[in-house]
Amino acid sequence: MAKLLEIRWHGRAGQGAKTAALVLAEAAISAGRYAQAFPEYGPERMGAPMQAFNRISDEPITVHSHVTNPSIVVILDPTLIAATNVKAGVPADGIYLVNTTMGPCEMRKRLGLTDSPAKVYTLDATQISMDTIGRAMPNTPMMGALVGATGLLELDQLIADTREKLGRKLRPEIVEKNIEAIRRAFQEVAS
Amino acid sequence: MSIRVAKTGNEAVAEAMRQMRPDVVAAYPITPQTEIVQIFSGFVADGLVDTEMVTVESEHSAMSATVGAAAAGARAMTATSANGLALMWEIVYIAASMRLPIVMPVVNRALSGPINIHCDHSDTMGARDSGWIQIFSENAQEAYDNTLQALRIAENPNVLLPAMVTMDGFIISHAMEVMEILEDEKVREWVGEYVPENPLLDVDNPVTIGPLDLYDWNMEHKRQQAEAMVQSKAVILKVAEDYAKLTGRRYGLFEEYMLEDAEVAVVVLGSTAGTAKVVVNELRKQGVKAGLLKLRVFRPFPAEEIAAALKHVKAIAVMDRSDSFNAISGPVFAEVRSAMYGVQSAPAIVDYIYGIGGRDVTPEHIRKVYDDLANIAARGKADRILTYLGVRE
Repeated sequence: MAKLLEIRWHGRAGQGAKTAALVLAEAAISAGRYAQAFPEYGPERMGAPMQAFNRISDEPITVHSHVTNPSIVVILDPTLIAATNVKAGVPADGIYLVNTTMGPCEMRKRLGLTDSPAKVYTLDATQISMDTIGRAMPNTPMMGALVGATGLLELDQLIADTREKLGRKLRPEIVEKNIEAIRRAFQEVAS
Repeated sequence: MSIRVAKTGNEAVAEAMRQMRPDVVAAYPITPQTEIVQIFSGFVADGLVDTEMVTVESEHSAMSATVGAAAAGARAMTATSANGLALMWEIVYIAASMRLPIVMPVVNRALSGPINIHCDHSDTMGARDSGWIQIFSENAQEAYDNTLQALRIAENPNVLLPAMVTMDGFIISHAMEVMEILEDEKVREWVGEYVPENPLLDVDNPVTIGPLDLYDWNMEHKRQQAEAMVQSKAVILKVAEDYAKLTGRRYGLFEEYMLEDAEVAVVVLGSTAGTAKVVVNELRKQGVKAGLLKLRVFRPFPAEEIAAALKHVKAIAVMDRSDSFNAISGPVFAEVRSAMYGVQSAPAIVDYIYGIGGRDVTPEHIRKVYDDLANIAARGKADRILTYLGVRE
């Protein structure tokens, strides 16, 4: 893997982008890597556009500035594409993973990335979370999709750490529904 | 054996507090310190620690209750940020003058106004003359390690001063990183049993604490307080040595990073030191003799040690994450330059005020500082003392 991998999560407050970034970092750390996870804090309110970040590396990470050039962008809410510059600072061959009902080709057009070396992955994470968890909670399926698309971590590692992290806050049956969402997303992510 | 964990800075400090098992914690929540109090009160509610948790109605009361508990003979802690520290002000000085070894994590945040929740060092820099020991942390690991060490420093009979342990708000307090924690028994052993010197609750040996102290003795007492700060330096180093035996992690009054043969050097405290290390590494690869001095202990200020560590450098940039509004420089610069006065052919030295109100400081910003330093070193002089880094004007 790259020496230092940087990820930017775009979500709306309440969609769990911060939790997703934290779980991903915990999973990377459990796998023996070094990682950071931190959200951007502003005047928080439900539904407001927000971002969260990850750095993952095989070596200790000492940098503590914002992530400005992420090679991976995860978009939990497709309406943010119109509201935010989700491509800001991303290299030409960056990876985009979008929660959408669109297919990858259509999303590539929507992002203005036709004829670009960028990789575009899509997943209907909202539908998966409705089917499994019973409410629109796209963060856990998007973690599964991220691991499915990039091979960043072993799926089992992600599942183990999700179980641990969500288990501190949620009832076991809800945790298991989230795990099911991760498994489905891992399979269904498309490019 | 240490345990490798993923924790945010706030989680790390709350964990340290649980392991240290203070008798009393009196605290009031304020962003970005809130999670420390929230997580720790969860530990108390879950019976994981038997601390008496006092939920007060303000920070003035938090520090007052902490002082009361410490004077009674308890091991007492609190935690705060920014305006919370400002509201404690009156009692912060009293804690120091009563020589109460209180340990207080402070999550650095800009003092209002304009109102802002993000990191700068204006809160603790404002308290630099309050008589508290001040230890700055680069990351979650250091926040944890410094909290554990602060207790042993504060409670040392040659010191008996309160200690603040800082970490950068949000940048560290809310960022998850890899770190190592000790087992509970190891920490229990490390902090030991606290034997207070003159506790109010020792009814067989009654004492008066905090009486009126006018011109007949007040100056002697303030002189003793000053002497305790002088004495604390050796204690800080001894505690660091013991801590290194326990954990393998070495601390000093400051960290020297690639400084031995450096021609240009930056002096910085807090999380920006980590970002600056990345730049030093890059510059070294390009053949630039760049170095870094990361101040860990700001009070007591290690003036002689800093002068010895920096005397060979050609140009120094001090980075201040707060302003003194004194029309000259930030507070760290004033002390570092003062420390360098009298050094034979002293290096050129300039100040950069940066990161105010949480303004991001990137490796590019720090590269610019080193570029400026190279220029100053070549010319042997600086055109101006103070630059506001990354400001629009």
